[in-house]
Amino acid sequence: MTDRRTTIKWMLAAAATVPLLEHRAWTQQITSQPAASGYGTDPDLLKPYRPGDVWPLTLSAAQRRTAAALCDVILPDDGRSPGAESVGVVDFIDEWVSAPYPRQLEDRPIVIEGLAWMDAEALRRFKKDFAQLGEPQQHAICDDICRESGARPEFARAAAFFSRYRDLTVGAFYSTSTGWKDIGYVGNVPLAKFEGPPAELLEKLGLGPKHA
Amino acid sequence: MSSRAPANQQYDVIVVGSGAAGGQTAYTLSMEGISVLMLEAGRNYVPEQETPMFQTPDQAPLRATASPEKAFGFYDSTVDGGWTVPGEPYVQSTSDPSRRFTWWRARMLGGRTNHWGRISLRNGPYDFKPHRRDGLGFDWPISYEDVAPYYDKVERLIGVYGTSEGLENTPGSPPGCLLPPPAPVVSDYLVQQRAGRLGIPIIPGHRAVLTQQLDYKRSPALLHPGNPKAQKIVADHMKARAACIWATDCGRGCSIRANYQSTTVHLPPALATGNLHIITDAMVSRVVLGANGRAKGVTYIDKKSGAERQANARVVVLAASACETARILLNSKSASFPDGLANSSGKVGRYIMDTVGSSLRGQVPMLESLPPLNEDGATGEALYAPWWGYQDQQKGRLGFARGYHIEFGGGRRMPGFGALSGLDTLTGGSYGRKLKQDARRYYGSFVGFAGRGEMIPNENSYCEIDPDVKDKWGIPVLRFHWKWSEHETRQAAHMQTAFEAIVQAMGGRVMGPVKTDGAQAISPGGFIIHEVGGAIMGAERKSSVTNQWCQTWDVDNLFLTDGAVFVSNADKNPTLTIMALAWRAADHIADRMRRKEL
Repeated sequence: MTDRRTTIKWMLAAAATVPLLEHRAWTQQITSQPAASGYGTDPDLLKPYRPGDVWPLTLSAAQRRTAAALCDVILPDDGRSPGAESVGVVDFIDEWVSAPYPRQLEDRPIVIEGLAWMDAEALRRFKKDFAQLGEPQQHAICDDICRESGARPEFARAAAFFSRYRDLTVGAFYSTSTGWKDIGYVGNVPLAKFEGPPAELLEKLGLGPKHA
Repeated sequence: MSSRAPANQQYDVIVVGSGAAGGQTAYTLSMEGISVLMLEAGRNYVPEQETPMFQTPDQAPLRATASPEKAFGFYDSTVDGGWTVPGEPYVQSTSDPSRRFTWWRARMLGGRTNHWGRISLRNGPYDFKPHRRDGLGFDWPISYEDVAPYYDKVERLIGVYGTSEGLENTPGSPPGCLLPPPAPVVSDYLVQQRAGRLGIPIIPGHRAVLTQQLDYKRSPALLHPGNPKAQKIVADHMKARAACIWATDCGRGCSIRANYQSTTVHLPPALATGNLHIITDAMVSRVVLGANGRAKGVTYIDKKSGAERQANARVVVLAASACETARILLNSKSASFPDGLANSSGKVGRYIMDTVGSSLRGQVPMLESLPPLNEDGATGEALYAPWWGYQDQQKGRLGFARGYHIEFGGGRRMPGFGALSGLDTLTGGSYGRKLKQDARRYYGSFVGFAGRGEMIPNENSYCEIDPDVKDKWGIPVLRFHWKWSEHETRQAAHMQTAFEAIVQAMGGRVMGPVKTDGAQAISPGGFIIHEVGGAIMGAERKSSVTNQWCQTWDVDNLFLTDGAVFVSNADKNPTLTIMALAWRAADHIADRMRRKEL
């Protein structure tokens, strides 16, 4: 029986000698998947679903805290739109890593181990969990892992996680009405007529029938 | 929508399948006063009640992304289908990935017409006589002129937008057949201008979407001359279909019947005649042959009870989709047909063709940071590029024999989960406030290109019955064999370089690698879901399964009205041609029945 702090100490020790994410036994332990089935081949397409409606969510409170902090570092409130956490991105991440399908099962260890790495790295550098860090400290870590191709070797696995986690966060945020409003998607409304772009815009771009 | 058939009723015709082929066949026959029993392997499906018209990604599990259970995304209309169907396996002959064939099925009333892309291009004159042009493949026993009147009818009935441009082997339509095309979006205009400078013509696409209400005053009399009952019924149904409301993806289906699906266009008027009965959850296993050498009926599994039943009729029509039709024939063995019914030629299951597919995406600075615009439009294919290389091919300049067209789309479409994924190649790995600025900048600046090209039939691409594997109903399943020839792989490589050239001509950059190795560029067999062939028509019984009327050479009252009879698979998407041939065959059946010849 090990408590979380012991686990992290063990991880830090392990990290010094073997690439963190390749430690099989540990991976098996944290990624054991609760039995769950999917929505089947004929789900009700009309009713709204929320994460947890079809299969149970599986992240711990601590994992969700780290997940939320990282979502908001990736897409923070910038005055024009709120942070990712506030539109349910953490629930989505939890739904994603708890899902019974191959693509999600592949992501599950990447996300869970990556979140653990964020905390371990925060502890190593700043003696706090990632969620408790101030923005400059969070950025100090993220700056080392935000470029998958340019990351230093010791950050390569963490950078791969960050890249995946950023895509999950971006995908979840910009597929909500809040995200749509931010980037200026104004469709999904019935129209009596569709006339295409305004003539002035086409003219400005040098496009349209006159410029074919 | 389905009506349970009264017990022991006698039918003139059994139609197996309810998609484009079965829908059109049943429509034409029932309008002509012929009684039809339709058997559909999937469940009843009611688009008016089941279509998720405005549901958003965040209302669906996993933001509506694809899963093995909903392979085209949660809101795709496909029910009980996809690349796999639970309990209904199929077998690959090899583990070599380049020689696999993946088979998309939909077990639902209306089949794949509920979710298809609605692209409705006519085959051209060359496409019916390809062997005559380049010595490859086979010629059809019919020409464009034989099919043209039926293209006219289908377009008038289902509603297809487009224009007649008069380009080579790219037929237009007589006045009154086509609806006006939808307005293009900004990225469409840009592709049109820049591809045009490369000599690639960009013209309005043809899709089965109502850009305005159908002509219910004039068309019924043209569709059903001398048949006032049919005219009245079809006019009523044309009136009941709304025009497009320029929102929600057609692949979800359409609850207002503004696009073509068999369930909203073919089956309602056919049912209104009182001549059509539909049994759903009826999985046909084989055709029953009578002692007189004629088809007596079919056996099917009632999936609800698991019981095997038989239905009889004067004529049997298989319209189960190309491979499923071949499967039913191959499973219908008897003393007189030990290798499968109507297979004296040995050609049942042979010459399966899909469409050559390859795609590439570009990012275009000119499209960055544009003002918010509603660009949902017709949700696809306002414009496209028909094949432009016929003359070069004739002169032997291209290294592959047949053509392709380009489908493309971009702009400020509904952002789903993947709309802004992988941005780090553009942003240098931004996160935080900078990433939000980047998202605003790059959203809408991508344009995707997909080539759709002709595959030439070959001896290595076919299906047969697996000797061991059966589905959960006990019906032997198909085993697939597949091989692309260099005509297809070189064509796929050509697509990649053409897309790259267009992206560069737009001042854009290609996202991801340009695959100049055709074997890498080409999509796997079956992937484009345009499989046809497997029971080709022909002028001679020794080398084909049916005659030009989709009637099997071996069994007088057995017809195949789906893509199985295709002799070639032009770059033009097959569905419109399936419907035109089905209408033509059904007219022939009706005529022969009236003359008591069937």
